[in-house]
Amino acid sequence: MLLTPEEWTAVALSLKVAFWSTIWSMPPAIVVGWILSRTEFPGKGLFDGFVHLPLVLPKVVVGYILLLTLGTRGYLGQFLYEWFGISLMFTTAGATVAAAVVSFPLMVNAIRLALDGVDRGIETAARTLGASRLDAFFTVTLPLMTPGILSGALISLASALGEFGATITFVSNVEGQTRTIPLAIYSATHMPDGDAMALRLTAVSVVLALSALVLAEMADRRIKIALGRI
Amino acid sequence: MIDIDVTLDRGTGFKLSAQFTAPDSGVTALFGRSGSGKTTIIQIVAGSVQPNQGRVQVGDEVFVDVEKGINLPIEKRRVGYVFQDARLFPHLCVDSNLRYGQRRAKHDHSISFDAVVDMLGIGHLLKRRPHTLSGGERQRVAIGRALLAQPRLLLMDEPLASLDEQRKQEILPYLERLRDDLRLPILYVSHSIEEVLRLADTVTALKDGTMIASGPLADVLSRTDLAPVLGRFDLGTILDCTVKAHDTNLSLSTLSFADGELRVPLVDRRVGSPVRARIRSRDVSLCLSRPIDVSVTNRLAGTIGSIRKEGGPYANVEVVLPHGKLQSLVTLESVERLAFEEGMPVWAMIKAVAVDSRSPNFPLQDEPFTPPAHSAAPALRLVAGRSHPPEPE
Repeated sequence: MLLTPEEWTAVALSLKVAFWSTIWSMPPAIVVGWILSRTEFPGKGLFDGFVHLPLVLPKVVVGYILLLTLGTRGYLGQFLYEWFGISLMFTTAGATVAAAVVSFPLMVNAIRLALDGVDRGIETAARTLGASRLDAFFTVTLPLMTPGILSGALISLASALGEFGATITFVSNVEGQTRTIPLAIYSATHMPDGDAMALRLTAVSVVLALSALVLAEMADRRIKIALGRI
Repeated sequence: MIDIDVTLDRGTGFKLSAQFTAPDSGVTALFGRSGSGKTTIIQIVAGSVQPNQGRVQVGDEVFVDVEKGINLPIEKRRVGYVFQDARLFPHLCVDSNLRYGQRRAKHDHSISFDAVVDMLGIGHLLKRRPHTLSGGERQRVAIGRALLAQPRLLLMDEPLASLDEQRKQEILPYLERLRDDLRLPILYVSHSIEEVLRLADTVTALKDGTMIASGPLADVLSRTDLAPVLGRFDLGTILDCTVKAHDTNLSLSTLSFADGELRVPLVDRRVGSPVRARIRSRDVSLCLSRPIDVSVTNRLAGTIGSIRKEGGPYANVEVVLPHGKLQSLVTLESVERLAFEEGMPVWAMIKAVAVDSRSPNFPLQDEPFTPPAHSAAPALRLVAGRSHPPEPE
């Protein structure tokens, strides 16, 4: 085919990491987005800052912090290894964690914006009709914020596909395990005859990004029509 | 009985204080200008706003009692809330909107889907999405949705305020039907005296967060001392009457009330039905002797009560009847020329009477809810005899 087996591995790995990091970070992002949009408590500013930390810190720093906490000698990492036999080092799971942590604030922001846009009066209406808070959230709020969740997922996917610094610092550059497209391109540029490979992977990146944008736009339109916004 | 005694201080300068009771059936209007705290009161009853002090009790269930620490969650209160802006769920079709509350009303299904759809005339809209509906249709669906949640109390927050005059006239008959056919108490927020007169039995008047009067409609609205507070409108006289007879040849109905009878254009109500007659002050002229050769049919004898100077060239003359009173607006010149004074016998000539159907204060049928036989005609048929007489001479 157009790509070498090594390149296919990198593409498949990238998609896998992006997909799972998005899926896993969505539920907590919805919870955190809800807290930021709908609650007031002392120290909310600090909490908000903490959530956004991965966005403003250099990605290498994020990766190093992950290494310190989730690495085999980190507190959490030791706990995971001794109790569950799980090690994130040099694994796809570790790459997924790195991608999820880096894209988490972007997803939270999109979801928070979507929640801000959902009329709380409609939630009150649902409750006067006999729905509990949780019931109203799942039957009214969540469906109404699907466009925001979708755009959050898209941003998260894109950010995960492009993740480089945190991944290489945390879980290194292991072919078939952690070598996603950006890491593969980085490796290719260090090889004497790697130019062709770097170019092909760059083309793949562009195609992936474009198709994701087009798909998201189509889905967004459909959802908005369903919600009566267009 | 709905028992409300609450105070609220939001700390933003707005304070609310209201103590009143509303009967178990019929419409209780919360009336006042915008910003008077009407909506806040029904939000407190619904549970979306918490009072600082006081309690709300509906029937034998306490909704909130701050001193005792009782606060029933919104969803447990079973109040049907019709919002000014409908608040339909945009992601659901009309059918699903209507069934949202019905599905959650586990025990009770005495108000049936078909009856509500029929009564509100929304059967043809079931598959539509809320954003494709007109304002009036949306409001009807919102009313149906609230009813199907099997509420024990209906809260309506200016359900007509966002509609134009034509749409209002389209919805009003449905509200009247709701009032007459259901045994639900309704708290109705409005700043429109027209709506209050047409729908309400009991009125609670508010100004700047303070309740200034509460009681039967005729009592509250005929208090002339409240006129400056409630706004300037020609309220005139409200008479609770009974339809006595119809004369289809002459197209006239006879209404009887405590002090006599009124002949009005044919009223679309059965003989024996209670109706409310409204007589504007400017439609009542006064005569010192018994009027004989005049065209006015309705003449009542009484004595002059108070004479109060109104703005401009007018005076309001109160005519005391054996059981009630009648307000008349005449010119100051006439007062002087005819030398009106308190205690003088006088004849009142009534040129026009507006008749509103009136809710019975008791259920008509034993069945909880049956759509009326004439459900296909949502026109203005319940209101008759409204005429637009010339300005006072």
